[in-house]
Amino acid sequence: MAINNEMVKQVAFLARLKIDEDKTESTKDEFNAILNWIEQLQEVNTEGVEPLFSVRDSKLSLRQDEVTDGNIKQDVLKNAPMQEFGYFAVPKVVE
Amino acid sequence: MSDLTKLTISQALTGLKNKEFTSVELTQEYLKNMEKGRKYNAYVLETPGEALKSAELSDMHYQNGTARKLEGIPLGIKDLFCTKNIRSTACSHILQNFVPPYESTVTQKLLDEGASFLGKLNMDEFAMGGSNENSCFGAAINPWSKDVALTAGGSSGGSAAAVAANMCAGATGTDTGGSIRQPAAFCGICGLKPTYGRCSRWGIMAFASSLDQAGPMTKDVKDCALMFEVMAGFDKKDSTSANTPVPDISGVLGHSIKGLKIGIPAEYRPDGLNEEITTFWDNAAQMLESRGAEIVPISLLHTKYALPVYYIIAPAEASSNLARYDGIRYGLRVNGSKLDDLYINTRTEGFGAEVKRRIMIGTYVLSAGYYDAYYVKAQKVRRLIKQDFEKAFTKCDLILAPTTPSSAFALGDKHMKENPINMYLNDVFTVSVNLAGLPALSLPIGVGKDGLPLGMQLIGKPFDEETIFKAAYGLEQDVNFKRNV
Repeated sequence: MAINNEMVKQVAFLARLKIDEDKTESTKDEFNAILNWIEQLQEVNTEGVEPLFSVRDSKLSLRQDEVTDGNIKQDVLKNAPMQEFGYFAVPKVVE
Repeated sequence: MSDLTKLTISQALTGLKNKEFTSVELTQEYLKNMEKGRKYNAYVLETPGEALKSAELSDMHYQNGTARKLEGIPLGIKDLFCTKNIRSTACSHILQNFVPPYESTVTQKLLDEGASFLGKLNMDEFAMGGSNENSCFGAAINPWSKDVALTAGGSSGGSAAAVAANMCAGATGTDTGGSIRQPAAFCGICGLKPTYGRCSRWGIMAFASSLDQAGPMTKDVKDCALMFEVMAGFDKKDSTSANTPVPDISGVLGHSIKGLKIGIPAEYRPDGLNEEITTFWDNAAQMLESRGAEIVPISLLHTKYALPVYYIIAPAEASSNLARYDGIRYGLRVNGSKLDDLYINTRTEGFGAEVKRRIMIGTYVLSAGYYDAYYVKAQKVRRLIKQDFEKAFTKCDLILAPTTPSSAFALGDKHMKENPINMYLNDVFTVSVNLAGLPALSLPIGVGKDGLPLGMQLIGKPFDEETIFKAAYGLEQDVNFKRNV
């Protein structure tokens, strides 16, 4: 499943990353080398094998829906690159 | 007073208890060594003020007879752990100014037992790498280096270098595919990757959540047990944390290993495996045998697929975890005219090359049309890998294998640079353990002809760190490794 320059750009956009025009070709080659290497998994017979998403097979535990924390607005905003009126500020989204 | 920084944690605790020296004196010795050792680039942030303040408090505890388990012991903390009011960057430009308003569970547990923190330790950006060269602060340097600067390993390279050069009494690390064990082996120290679920992941910047585990990196096996006992334990803030009691490991050190079955996996001995490593491996098996253990051949059939499985699952989880770094709530922001441009500019400037590579691979294998072929397929093979171990553990109690296929390589190594896969192959002996969620401890096994340390790992059943420690403690005494840095 080789990928082309177009797909490299598409994947980069999905990941919200920018690949410089002159780096697209080399990124594509590197990408394909890794995918080729991964491809060896196809030779493993996995018929009837359930995927293993986590080694912890216990169910997630439930807890009471209650406030365990809070009133720390200043802490939450402390690292914000930009804040206004006690909120995170972003560029204008709606014209 | 002899050099206090050469003491292990357990020796230092004895000295402190017997009032041979104070925690302030011990801390000052470490601070001096840190200054001398700056050439190793192990620390990315030194916190002498905090360390000394904490040491004064510890001395009062000794005065009052209220000393806790790690009272007055100066540790180094991998920069992946959030430390309250102390800059925590994951060695990424995107978090260069991040000062967490909270403390990770594991570091809090260490503080609660009286440990102090000397500073934050270097690592590969977001724990992605095997040489520490992916750090935005530059690579940590292996204290065993002679003419050429060698890698301290990765991702916990700063932790390993700091422990090896006596710039802290012990350190925290994290291990997603070998990031504690490989640098421990390269720097001639001990490192434990605990069972998945043993140590809380809360407050540790997430890389691949189904694989990440925190663990101790120390001068010897006993220290490893001491730190592990404090770091481990149930935490309701981590939904994958195991509600399993932490055993008293220190109590079993020195116990007999008579009758213990040690498995030797055939697949870890591929053609062309470094001869020296094979010899050290055989010797280690013999040492365990002469202590009464029984050596049994085992097979881990799907070993060769562990790396490609890992390099699908880890990037997939990373691409999802690292989506949070968007320039809005914390970290770097690079403005753009539209919101999307802000995201793109921030992430493109904030992340390094290897992190971007893995985010891209992860995004691709999770995207519509490829999800089943790559991601689900990898999770199926992951189950086969775990089943291999389950089968093996019906025949043995522990598995003995090398930690790495070579000793520390040079920084900037051409072979490693020309293709990312060459770097990935370093993890060949370590990743399976993460995929199966098992505990494993790497300890120094000797020094090779190149004058560099090599490591051997003991892999155990889930939640059976106890047996690992028993065998590792015996092996350590037979090996009698000299930390000559």
